[in-house]
Amino acid sequence: MTTNSPSEKRLEELREQAWKEGVVAGRGVDVAGGPIPSKPGYYGQPVVKPPVWTWEVPLYFFFGGIAGMSAVIASGALIFHHVDLAREAMWLAAISGGILSPILLIMDLGRPHLFLNMLRVFKHRSAMSMGAWILSAFGACAVPGLIALELHTHQIFPGTLDQLLRLAAGTFIFGSAIFGTLLATYTGVLIGATTIPAWFLHRTLLPIHFGTAGLGSAAAVLELLGYRIAALNFLGFYAAAVESALLIWLSVDKHGVADRAIHEHGSGWLIRIGEVLNGPLALILRFFGLVPLAAISFLIGALVSRFGWIAVGKVSGSDPESVFAAERY
Amino acid sequence: MIGEGLQSTNQRKHSFVQDRVEVGFFTDPSVCIGCKACEVACKEWNQVPDDGFMWSGNSYDNTGHLGASTWRHVMFLEQDRAKGNQIAGPMSLDQDPFRWVFLSDVCKHCEEAGCLEACPTGSIVRTEVGSVLVQNDVCNGCGYCVVSCPFGVIDRRPAPLPDSGGAFKCTFCYDRQKSGLVPACAKVCPTESIVFGRLDDLRARGAERVQQLQQSGYNDAQLYDPTETSVRGIHAFFLILGEPEAYGLPPKPQIPTIYLKSAWTSAFATAIASIIATLLAFAFFS
Repeated sequence: MTTNSPSEKRLEELREQAWKEGVVAGRGVDVAGGPIPSKPGYYGQPVVKPPVWTWEVPLYFFFGGIAGMSAVIASGALIFHHVDLAREAMWLAAISGGILSPILLIMDLGRPHLFLNMLRVFKHRSAMSMGAWILSAFGACAVPGLIALELHTHQIFPGTLDQLLRLAAGTFIFGSAIFGTLLATYTGVLIGATTIPAWFLHRTLLPIHFGTAGLGSAAAVLELLGYRIAALNFLGFYAAAVESALLIWLSVDKHGVADRAIHEHGSGWLIRIGEVLNGPLALILRFFGLVPLAAISFLIGALVSRFGWIAVGKVSGSDPESVFAAERY
Repeated sequence: MIGEGLQSTNQRKHSFVQDRVEVGFFTDPSVCIGCKACEVACKEWNQVPDDGFMWSGNSYDNTGHLGASTWRHVMFLEQDRAKGNQIAGPMSLDQDPFRWVFLSDVCKHCEEAGCLEACPTGSIVRTEVGSVLVQNDVCNGCGYCVVSCPFGVIDRRPAPLPDSGGAFKCTFCYDRQKSGLVPACAKVCPTESIVFGRLDDLRARGAERVQQLQQSGYNDAQLYDPTETSVRGIHAFFLILGEPEAYGLPPKPQIPTIYLKSAWTSAFATAIASIIATLLAFAFFS
């Protein structure tokens, strides 16, 4: 006999489900496959630990890439006497690399008040340690470089002091460009040298992708800020072309089960959407002269694919079959 | 008295830390009874917080896996294989073969430790006895050790648990060892499935035990100690029945620093390519 009370309804539902599907799933119930569990590994438990990183880290990858490569563009602009572009690029480098990146990196720590412990030791075998030093060195070059450049262009000080400022600006800005290229690329090493299968199998691709996405993003931001010059357009073409090539590389260099997180699941879609936006789509838009649209497409693609790679790490690290397959590989 | 009693290295006082002797754990599932005394002793001695109570449905294992608040974990494997030459009762003659294997998992204290290499604060160190120790007052919780451990042992403890935000794992009871005491899990193990002692002694003991078991019909008994890979051996090694995969153990664990060379090469090449592209852009399109 049935009644309309919720508890009786629930029992009816369970009976329906049991009848239709042959099994009622629930926490603490594991009858699929009979008495011997058939999940991969040990009850399907992860073999390595997926990353604990949250949204701050991909955002840091994004802004760190922009910052580092802005300093490179600023140096190029300075050499070829585009002082206004150099100033704008250094502002971009100082704000995203000197302020935003450290804030994001510190926010991601489990114990943010101990962030200075990063500089207790220098370990060249730890990409995280190298990254902390690279970011510090970049900030220590980009911020004084920007200040010196601004003081020099506004002719605040007279005579010899101004000449010294000019020299300091050049030195610091070139220094920030060197550390900038490392800031934009080391993040690929950081996740490439881990035990996560989908990451370490693509450790050669990752620094190229992160560095080039950083260069294209820096050029795109400067273009959106109004610098519609041929040099930045060329960099936009270059970055989009490299990213298109990487998209092809990723779809050819497949490792089956070991890196399936890149090609399946939501994480795979993030990678695909990101790579199409900052690869072929940005290239086509730029080809037809739609520079602002190409810049926006590239920026969104660069951001989405950074989130995609962290999502890939979480999926791949939780997948015992990927770990086994990568080790047998 | 149980096992070798007071003669056992599990019950004697020692001075391994002072003498700088390499020590280890040898964990043998063929004598484990699945009592979980090691899990309880570890939690109690080290005051590790609970990490939630839930039913997993996975045999008698409701612990799940090693993590920031689980430093010993007893695994319960259900396998459709016979257990050696054991004589089954008349009831089981016409049934499918079945065996129930228990193994107490723990941090492996690698010879080449991924977590130790990855740590950017110098919080993770190697002790006098060869174990790997996290100094928790130094750890700032960057989480890089978590993705650098080939065994998925170390993890960052989530809020709101006590001391959250830092990375935690088995300490090899370094505090106890300094006072000449045996690690808590080995001390309580009633069948000496967990044996604590000098690493070279334990390796000999492990090899002997494998031989013994194979003679008794456990054809798939083997030692799990990846000395052939870049991890170069582990201080807490295991005897396993069957394949390592079934225990969630990686068959060929590698320390991730071996990937650094190719990754940095790619990074430097990208750095140079970006500089050249920028210079070309300004040189030809100004």
